[in-house]
Amino acid sequence: MYSEKVMDHFAHPRNVGEIENANAVGLVGNAKCGDIMKIYMDIQDNIIKDVKFKTFGCGAAIATSSMATEMVKGKTVEEALELTNKAVMEALDGLPAEKIHCSVLAEEAIRDAIEDYRKRQNEQQ
Amino acid sequence: MNKSVYMDNNATTSLKKEVLDAMIPYYTDIYGNASSKFYAVGREAEQALYKLREKAAKLLGAANVNEIYFTASGCEADNWAIKGVANAYKRKGNHIITSKIEHHAILGACEYLEKHGFEVTYLDVDEYGKVSPEAVEAAIKDNTVLISVMTANNEIGTIEPIKEIAEIAKKHKIVFHTDAVQAIGHMPINVQELGVDMLSLSAHKFHGPKGVGLLYIKNGVRIDNLIHGGGQERGKRAATENLAGIAGLVKALEIAVENLDKNVAVMRDKRDKLIKGIQEKIPYCRLNGPVGEDRLCNNVNFSFQYVEGESILMMLDMHGIAASSGSACASGSLDPSHVLLAIGLPHEIAHGSLRLSVGEDTTDEDVNYVIEVLPPIIQRLRDMSPLYEDFLKGENK
Repeated sequence: MYSEKVMDHFAHPRNVGEIENANAVGLVGNAKCGDIMKIYMDIQDNIIKDVKFKTFGCGAAIATSSMATEMVKGKTVEEALELTNKAVMEALDGLPAEKIHCSVLAEEAIRDAIEDYRKRQNEQQ
Repeated sequence: MNKSVYMDNNATTSLKKEVLDAMIPYYTDIYGNASSKFYAVGREAEQALYKLREKAAKLLGAANVNEIYFTASGCEADNWAIKGVANAYKRKGNHIITSKIEHHAILGACEYLEKHGFEVTYLDVDEYGKVSPEAVEAAIKDNTVLISVMTANNEIGTIEPIKEIAEIAKKHKIVFHTDAVQAIGHMPINVQELGVDMLSLSAHKFHGPKGVGLLYIKNGVRIDNLIHGGGQERGKRAATENLAGIAGLVKALEIAVENLDKNVAVMRDKRDKLIKGIQEKIPYCRLNGPVGEDRLCNNVNFSFQYVEGESILMMLDMHGIAASSGSACASGSLDPSHVLLAIGLPHEIAHGSLRLSVGEDTTDEDVNYVIEVLPPIIQRLRDMSPLYEDFLKGENK
């Protein structure tokens, strides 16, 4: 059902956890649907220095969170915004059709975190 | 680590060696078509079929041999019971009563009939999944022609008050069907003692083969065909009889009935040890379904707060444990199990459900292994869960 890459990211998820003084936090999904992703970022000089996640959800939700955080780590904010759910899926060697929404959620979680970062930046100015 | 523990006996069971042995001759020697009576191998098949039917009738407590109809699955038996009776009685009425926690075979057939002019009442259940006989009686209308309530629920193990409901149906002269697919081999089943008009079962749930089921239809109940064609099953169900499958079903039924008390005691013991172990070791969990005698002897169902069921299944699988879940992801739909929602669980709790169903061959070692492996899995997933994080922060406030 799942590719080896998905299984690897599920069994050994990268970047799980919280960042204490994160300057960007994204939260998407809802418990009713069975998927919630929370992304923490530490953005310095427009670069995502560190990123962590916490996810409530199925195997695909955990694997896409792990992969998406891997893909944006060390990138600029603009580069991270270009991340698509398709790219996350491809990096995982595909997902079953009924799990595509998990990759969409991962893309949205990254965007939500960056939006939060920009909002905080504007508030500071 | 090659340990393998099968904890999904409510989904299916292993085929017993004795059952397979009973089936083989019907593939190799007595391969004739039971409808071809003009030569020896056909007659042998016909006679074998009669004897098997006779045995099945006896094992189920049916009054007559001709009340036993073999089908290709429990699903077919359920579909036939619902659609066949609804159609046969439609001049009398078009109302059906069932419950919200039936198997999808019943619910799907009822939803189909609703599209074709029938009216269906889906009864609520209490927090343990019990259908109230009073609610059944209250739902009866002048145009009610069929009541169908399962004997025992496949997800949370609730044993329903079938005898009481059968009496109500009888009093109102309404046909009563019960889906006993999960009950056979797990509790005593005698159709006359229960007082049911129809009963469905499926061989693979009690160590028989897949692809064969049975519908008991009491004489006097009118039923339309679901499958049209030849004159098999006294003209009621076309298709060349699956004699090997039927032989497997009857053998498995015989073994299940003969060893019932012993097997139930074993399964109940393992079930209760699992429940106790999980409750002792894992905080913030909820046992779904009833406790004790009202619960199917082999079923355990828990919800673990702040985690999702499919993730639990995947991690258990990594440890060689086979189980199932009522989460939306595990079922491939958007909503979690209709049964868990019917007993009043909020969606997020229903998503975190895990069903462990033991078998007569489950050992204490298997149970201990699950109790050892499961708590760190739940903890690991909770440590990853933003819901748990919120919960802990709330606790520390």
